[in-house]
Amino acid sequence: MSAEKKYGRDVVIETIARLMIPFIQLYGLYVMMGTEGAGGGFQGGTIIAASFVLYVTAFGITSGRKKFPESWNAAFKCLGVYLYAGIGLLCIIFSLGVAEYLNYAAVPLSNIIGQADTRALMIADVVEIGIGMTVMAAFVSLFFDLAWKEESVKEEEGGAEE
Amino acid sequence: MLPIEQFPVLVVAISLLSAITILLAGGISKKSGFFISLATITFQFILSLFILRHVLTVGTIHYWLGGWRPPWGIEYVVDVLNAYVLIIVLFLSLLAAIYSKRSVEQEIEARKLPTFYTLFQLLVTGLAGVVVTGDMFNLYVFLEIASLAGYALIAAAGGRALRASYNYLILGALGICFYLLAIGFLYSVTGTLNMADLRVLLPALYANKAVQTAFVFAFIGLGIKCAIFPLHTWQPDAYTYAPSAISVIISTAMAKASIYALIRVIFSVFTVDFIILFAPIFKIICWMAAIAMIFGSILAIAQFDLKRMLAYSSIANVGYIMLGVGLSTSTTFGLTPALMHLLNHALMKGCLFMAACAFIYKAGLWDIRGFVGLGRKMPYTCFAFLLAALSMIGLPPSVGFVTKLYLILAALEAGEYIFVAVIFFSTLLMIVYFWHVVELMYIRVEEGGEKEIRVAEAPMSMVIPGLVLAVLCFIVGIIWLIGTPLPMMEAINSGFGLGVVVP
Repeated sequence: MSAEKKYGRDVVIETIARLMIPFIQLYGLYVMMGTEGAGGGFQGGTIIAASFVLYVTAFGITSGRKKFPESWNAAFKCLGVYLYAGIGLLCIIFSLGVAEYLNYAAVPLSNIIGQADTRALMIADVVEIGIGMTVMAAFVSLFFDLAWKEESVKEEEGGAEE
Repeated sequence: MLPIEQFPVLVVAISLLSAITILLAGGISKKSGFFISLATITFQFILSLFILRHVLTVGTIHYWLGGWRPPWGIEYVVDVLNAYVLIIVLFLSLLAAIYSKRSVEQEIEARKLPTFYTLFQLLVTGLAGVVVTGDMFNLYVFLEIASLAGYALIAAAGGRALRASYNYLILGALGICFYLLAIGFLYSVTGTLNMADLRVLLPALYANKAVQTAFVFAFIGLGIKCAIFPLHTWQPDAYTYAPSAISVIISTAMAKASIYALIRVIFSVFTVDFIILFAPIFKIICWMAAIAMIFGSILAIAQFDLKRMLAYSSIANVGYIMLGVGLSTSTTFGLTPALMHLLNHALMKGCLFMAACAFIYKAGLWDIRGFVGLGRKMPYTCFAFLLAALSMIGLPPSVGFVTKLYLILAALEAGEYIFVAVIFFSTLLMIVYFWHVVELMYIRVEEGGEKEIRVAEAPMSMVIPGLVLAVLCFIVGIIWLIGTPLPMMEAINSGFGLGVVVP
């Protein structure tokens, strides 16, 4: 018997969680990219990961895993690093090997909105989203690893079917 | 900017991108990891050859990441020493990657392969990063990337490897903390993390206690990573129980990158002047190295487990390198013997570990007492082992001979006759333990007379890297004796202000 079935579902916790989770995630996004200036990617990612922890606390770990499977987790982790390292590489490619790695002034946007704004956009938003994604996925997968073993739940699912 | 000046950052960035690509591609095909990793490391190795050529013909590469000026931004600096170590690290990583193909299939579950190769590629990323960076904190970050990947990879073998990896984790974390404290102290007094900038700012502050403490912390921290004699306790278990390919890469590429970091911090950040005036540790390094050379060899004799024997032999060989470092200020050879042995030991130990792991792969032989008749059963692997063992003992014109020759010349020139005796004694001990293995393989006859033995050689992907290294042991030895790379060594020495003896 899993812990979820033993304790049943609680209307109060579920409703509060339903109300809170969108706001927590919005706040995480705000921390990530809401203000001008660099920084906040790590913190924002942690806050969004916390919303998943709340979801699992309220709705149980099996449905949490269904909402956010491990393959998504791996994809998010990779996507974050791709965003960060890939844009750095794009700087070299777009400038045909003249600008340095991570030199955001070389991104073609700078013809439209100016060099300083391009740098600001890249550092404050795009790169922060990349960091946030990777941190969020890493925290969620850490949480699931600590809370739960893949095999044990498969057995439980098998038992439920019977 | 020349396109070639982009290469130092590409070596790191492409490796990082490839690491996560392996993880994603693992969702499609479990076996794709090996091929992506191999292709990336080959590409990195080719880049590193171009980097060396550029550094030798044009000059040091200074690369400002993001276009930010050095004291504020991160700078990658590749001079002759970096380029030389980068080639060693990537070449050994390449051979370890080829070697991993079949050995990993046996040792790691198929569903874990993508993660394994992701970590493997991250380890290579970290090592390449350690070697190309010119920033103290960036060095810390890359060392930590490499170490964390290393802990996980050692633990991947399961069983006893878990304990070995945990020991390494604790000691490695201690070491890296010491190094981080050193960076903190230096930053608090100078306000900069750039190595070249520190070198300019530090001389005025040499008498400062914080700087002296920082030196001690950095030395101990990196000393743990390199497994210098009294700080080596994590090393034998980690080398012994790691998966085959990981034993090869951590005993060669990773050990060499850590020793490079130590040399860089001692000679490039703190400089020889500081050490002679305020921290006279070269004498202590020499004696620690001498003890390591004898202690490691004696413990190696006591082992029956071949991988463990090689691990203790590594402690002795780190002693050789550190003896070269310790003697560097008092001879005209400077760092040449130490840097020579950096390459030489990587070649020899890589080959020996490859052979030892091939015996385990094919015949399940950990214990050398079971080696009787192995010379006929696995002829090529045993031949590679024999060549590398002879090279280790110091048969001319092998690389081991060249190292010992230069170290003895350096010790004679410095007037430290006791170390000449130590080198000879340690060579004698090496003959004992290596010849014991060779005798069991080739000469000893099984009880009950000769039996018909079927040839059961390890797979080609495991034999060929070993044979390549074994042959290189002798070719590189001849190249050293001809003296082609010696101008390169002199360039490194003059960059550090070594090679001139102050009476």
